[in-house]
Amino acid sequence: MSKCGCTCSDAKEKQLQEIIEKYKNTEGALIPVLHEAQEVYGYLPLSVQSKIAEGLNVPLAEVYGVVTFYTQFSLYPKGAYKIQVCLGTACYVKGAALVLNELQKELGIEVGKCTEDGKFSLDACRCIGACGLAPVIMINDDVYGRLKPEDVKGIIQKYKDMTE
Amino acid sequence: MNMVNVTIDGIKVQVPENSTVLEAARIAKVDIPTLCYLKDINEIGACRMCVVDVGARSLQAACVYPVSEGLNVKTNTKEIRDARRITLELILSSHDRNCLQCVRNKSCELQSLADNLNIREIRYMGTEEKKKPLDDFSASIVRDPNKCILCRRCVSMCKNVQTVAVIDTMERGYKTIVSPAFEKSLSEVACVNCGQCINVCPVGALSEKGEVAKVWEALANPDLHVIVQTAPAVRAAIGEEFGLPIGTRATKNMVASLKKLGFDKVFDTNTAADLTIMEEGTELIHRIQEGGKLPLITSCSPGWIKFCEHNFPELLDNLSTCKSPHQMFGAILKSYYADKMGIDPSKIFVVSVMPCTAKKFESERPEMNVNGLKDVDAVITTRELATMIKEAGINFNEVSDEHFDDPMGDATGAGVIFGATGGVMEAAIRTAYRLLEGEELEDVNICEARGLDGIKEFTVKLPNTGIELKAAVAHGLGNARKLMEKVRSGEADYHFIEVMACPGGCVNGGGQPIQPASVRNCIDLRAERAKAIYEEDEASVLRRSHENPTIQKLYAEFLGQPCGEKSHHLLHTHYVKRDLYPTED
Ligand code: SF4
Ligand code: SF4
Ligand code: FES
Repeated sequence: MSKCGCTCSDAKEKQLQEIIEKYKNTEGALIPVLHEAQEVYGYLPLSVQSKIAEGLNVPLAEVYGVVTFYTQFSLYPKGAYKIQVCLGTACYVKGAALVLNELQKELGIEVGKCTEDGKFSLDACRCIGACGLAPVIMINDDVYGRLKPEDVKGIIQKYKDMTE
Repeated sequence: MNMVNVTIDGIKVQVPENSTVLEAARIAKVDIPTLCYLKDINEIGACRMCVVDVGARSLQAACVYPVSEGLNVKTNTKEIRDARRITLELILSSHDRNCLQCVRNKSCELQSLADNLNIREIRYMGTEEKKKPLDDFSASIVRDPNKCILCRRCVSMCKNVQTVAVIDTMERGYKTIVSPAFEKSLSEVACVNCGQCINVCPVGALSEKGEVAKVWEALANPDLHVIVQTAPAVRAAIGEEFGLPIGTRATKNMVASLKKLGFDKVFDTNTAADLTIMEEGTELIHRIQEGGKLPLITSCSPGWIKFCEHNFPELLDNLSTCKSPHQMFGAILKSYYADKMGIDPSKIFVVSVMPCTAKKFESERPEMNVNGLKDVDAVITTRELATMIKEAGINFNEVSDEHFDDPMGDATGAGVIFGATGGVMEAAIRTAYRLLEGEELEDVNICEARGLDGIKEFTVKLPNTGIELKAAVAHGLGNARKLMEKVRSGEADYHFIEVMACPGGCVNGGGQPIQPASVRNCIDLRAERAKAIYEEDEASVLRRSHENPTIQKLYAEFLGQPCGEKSHHLLHTHYVKRDLYPTED
């Protein structure tokens, strides 16, 4: 069920079929189709990947292989607040892994997943170019730098408060 | 063919211009270690074990590097040996190295390679990733990703040869894993249980679901009457497990060993193959004469059946309704035989020794029962039987003159050729000819059905009835898919089609002895083992299924007519449509 409560799933499915139709006879169509499908759905669940597999006549195992190889594709829906933890070299050296662990604990989810209420999703990412501030996380467009694990709780609380 | 001159470790050779360095080295009799490479199946240069110096900036993978005129290759320098050693140590560092308990202990290509390269220590720590979960939910196949070295041979086999494509490489870096999509179990996807992936895996990451313990248990139970039956292809390969040359026909030694293991009766699935021919031949004739669904497609290969259920559900009515021979045999043993011998059918335990892993799944299908009892209680592979013989300390190679037991001990040459591609077709024609024409086919050798062409098509003329029987034979599921696409589109108008899921047929089944790449790259196992099968046919006094006295008696005393009411109840089955992709997350 979609969070917004409307019945937009039919409309999305129609869009997906159009995307598949558009690329059907092009070589190397899988990656562009996955991109556009992710734009429609926000993520790429089994039902969407199966339709793409069928439509492009590519085995599902191959589709899933491509989806899990590239970090830009997601198997899970994204939260209202998308948290990205930089694991680039500078951040890593400055303890990004500890921050990431703390976030997993605080939110009760693993990397790549979304909280049940749809508020937060947690991802690790490559260098975002703010090495001077390492370790860095981004929540939607906000950047938080020079973090220590103990900062995590307060930051998350701030976003929790904002939605209530 | 244009030839080029190359030098390998100072040895000058002429090789075809489209060769790889690895192939050229073989011609020069220079050995280069390989791991991921499997001729014609997996030539992707993934593992870098085969690196050589071709005068380029960096070392190159010999298995994919093309030769060119004047190429000078070095395969044995310090730099090369060091590079190979580092690569192998890195592979070993994240490999679950419990060799002693591994199913592939002593038949593992990684183990031999480590020994050949004189690896006595591993300098790398490996990853801290948790143990990956074992997938043993399938009735046939067990996947242990902790043993996997990511060579991708199984992926190529499943995707390119079998066109089943349920396993692939997922994720990246340390997290890379070969598995079905969405971390599903093989039991939840369209895996057909053919076991071809097992036969190409260099290590113990893929194996059959073992049932040896269950069989030992039954043998130790004094209340049970334990019967074993052996499929035609087992005798053509089991000798390999005991050091006999590939292609040795080891029927007598096998029977002797089974008797020593303590089975109450040792029967031959060939007998049931003859029964299958009576039923399937009759079914074919009914369909031709009464305008039934054609082409009729054979149903002996459970891997093929599941493939059809997932991929060609619209052709399910074309499948013969005959159970496969070992299931038929189970059903007869728990009805006719039980009655004849005065044994309570619930006390009969039927073990099938099969060259096949898909038979394990088949025997678990709910349709495969007789009056509520499973037709077959345990299915073990040729490999598993060899394990039992070794565990019991039986000397397999001791000369013996043992025969299958009475009262179900007769089999014909037509039954034994079920083990090779084209064999079911050939056996069926030998009998259908008789049933339709009222006289015997003079030359029983139907050579058009034999051999390793992917798809064989031919016509048999029946002079008396004027029928021209159009036949086609496919082996390996990639070939079966091609043939079925023709049938589905209406482009083909055969009467009868034989399909075997494994390339070459049962002789090369997923339960047969595993030969390493070093052997598979030089010898065609399918051809060698098929020779043993045709040898046994030639040596048989009776070569037509309908001549089998056991089968004649079975119809006279019990079944009545082929495809009659009793047969329908005991020997025939039905199929189910299955999804191609799982539907739930
Ligand atoms: S058993 Fe056959 S179908 Fe299943 S994964 Fe292995 S090769 Fe593929
Ligand atoms: S399971 Fe075996 S064959 Fe498949 S990639 Fe792993 S090691 Fe290679
Ligand atoms: S890269 Fe040549 S054998 Fe693996």
